[in-house]
Amino acid sequence: MRHLVSAADLSRDDALLLLDTAEELAQLSGRAVKKLPTLRGRTVVNLFFEDSTRTKTSFEVAEKRLSADVVNFAAKGSSVSKGESLKDTALTLQAMGADAVVIRHHASGAPARLAQSDWLHGSVINAGDGTHEHPTQALLDAFTMRRHLNPGLGHDLAGRRVTIVGDILHSRVARSNVLLLNTLGAEVTFVAPPTLLPIGIENWPCEVSYDLDSTLAKTDAVMMLRVQRERMNAAFFPTEREYSRRYGLNGNRMARLPEHAIVMHPGPMVRGMEITAEVADSPRCTVVEQVANGVSIRMAVLYLLLGGATLADTPRTESPETVA
Amino acid sequence: MTASQDSTQPRPPHQVLDGADISRVITRIAHEIVERAKGAEDVVLLGIHTRGVHLSRRLHARLTQITGREIPLGTLDITMYRDDLRLKPARALEHTEIPSGGIDGKLVILVDDVLFSGRTIRAALDALGDIGRPRAVQLAVLVDRGHRELPIRADYVGKNLPTSLREAVQVRLSDSDGHDAVLVGDRDYAARSSQALAADPIPAP
Repeated sequence: MRHLVSAADLSRDDALLLLDTAEELAQLSGRAVKKLPTLRGRTVVNLFFEDSTRTKTSFEVAEKRLSADVVNFAAKGSSVSKGESLKDTALTLQAMGADAVVIRHHASGAPARLAQSDWLHGSVINAGDGTHEHPTQALLDAFTMRRHLNPGLGHDLAGRRVTIVGDILHSRVARSNVLLLNTLGAEVTFVAPPTLLPIGIENWPCEVSYDLDSTLAKTDAVMMLRVQRERMNAAFFPTEREYSRRYGLNGNRMARLPEHAIVMHPGPMVRGMEITAEVADSPRCTVVEQVANGVSIRMAVLYLLLGGATLADTPRTESPETVA
Repeated sequence: MTASQDSTQPRPPHQVLDGADISRVITRIAHEIVERAKGAEDVVLLGIHTRGVHLSRRLHARLTQITGREIPLGTLDITMYRDDLRLKPARALEHTEIPSGGIDGKLVILVDDVLFSGRTIRAALDALGDIGRPRAVQLAVLVDRGHRELPIRADYVGKNLPTSLREAVQVRLSDSDGHDAVLVGDRDYAARSSQALAADPIPAP
């Protein structure tokens, strides 16, 4: 594994290795010195073309805890706002010796383009691209679910039922989650108004429902998604009040979940829209825990991509024949 | 595996310690610890993965027998502190478990199977530095095979085993290998050690 662009790239073994590594690294947050020397001398560039607080901070904390040199590159106020292309930005970063690029981009497929090109020799980590994927979010969600629903190293999520509710159409979190959760054996149900479901959803490995109430009783984890108004150019539902009534999670609905079930949200939450304050503040809601787990997961990703021998370390003169 | 193509066949390993020897060695080290640490009042045992963990459990059982007290026991994974990380693909982490009492002000005894270059112990000392500040750190090993590459020595040695660099020392313990034994044989260059990798960093396909 050299890049992390899509959750679909992860086999079950890869995913479990990541979760188990994150489980070990999670111990670090309880220590006096929250730092490991593992990535000393490695340079990681956070290339954020889109606003982000949670993901960017989380990556930055993870990089610093592994002693990597961190370079933050925000599109605002950089040469990108002067019209520089992704290719030229990448070539610049390569010239500066970036060992890994953590990229968030508004265009779906930008990280894949970077990973497939030879513009960069370092690893490419997708931190969210358009409405495509957000694999580290899916990993931290799976990590959080495993801790609650099937704790233990080497365990997967076989047979656990996950309900993802809300704006599936614009959600890269939902896409990455359905791919990863399937790999880990969980059953995913999407609940959304028909207008907020993407075309071709019948080919995704999941169930679809338009009725939240009927799915609650058979749910182990319910994930509420934000309605991404910034990506909407049309009216997808009549009023916010109606959306909230039919697809929002309130105290009554939470009470109908099985006792062990957890309520998740990738953030940022809009209280009163998809989730009420009562639910958001309840102990069953894992939003804050998800943020903490995000640091551990991102450390695991960075360690497994950059901690060992990487392409940049290999002398390029050697051909495969001379080794055998 | 292309080992059979070598002109000289590696000679089969011969046994230097058997199960009973290992058991006697552990008993002796336990007594030495109690004697030198004046009753082992503040001792914390930390086993280094993988076989150091098994040895530390046995040493712990013996110490408990001798002193009649429960000695804190933990495990230490030094992967993140290794100096040869960049010579191999990233490896899976093992579990680090520090006893609930912590290690601050304690006498930490690191336990490992073979002391060779000393690089593992260097990494372990770095790891300890991030976890706390022990009163002192000591090292107990089952076999000291020489060839140190760093100024590190063991405080408790099961057996000093003079070896050549062409030889490999194998420690087998019932917990992971089915039986107890220490074997010395010719090094299998297919099972590339960190030293071999440092000389030639391209892993064989």
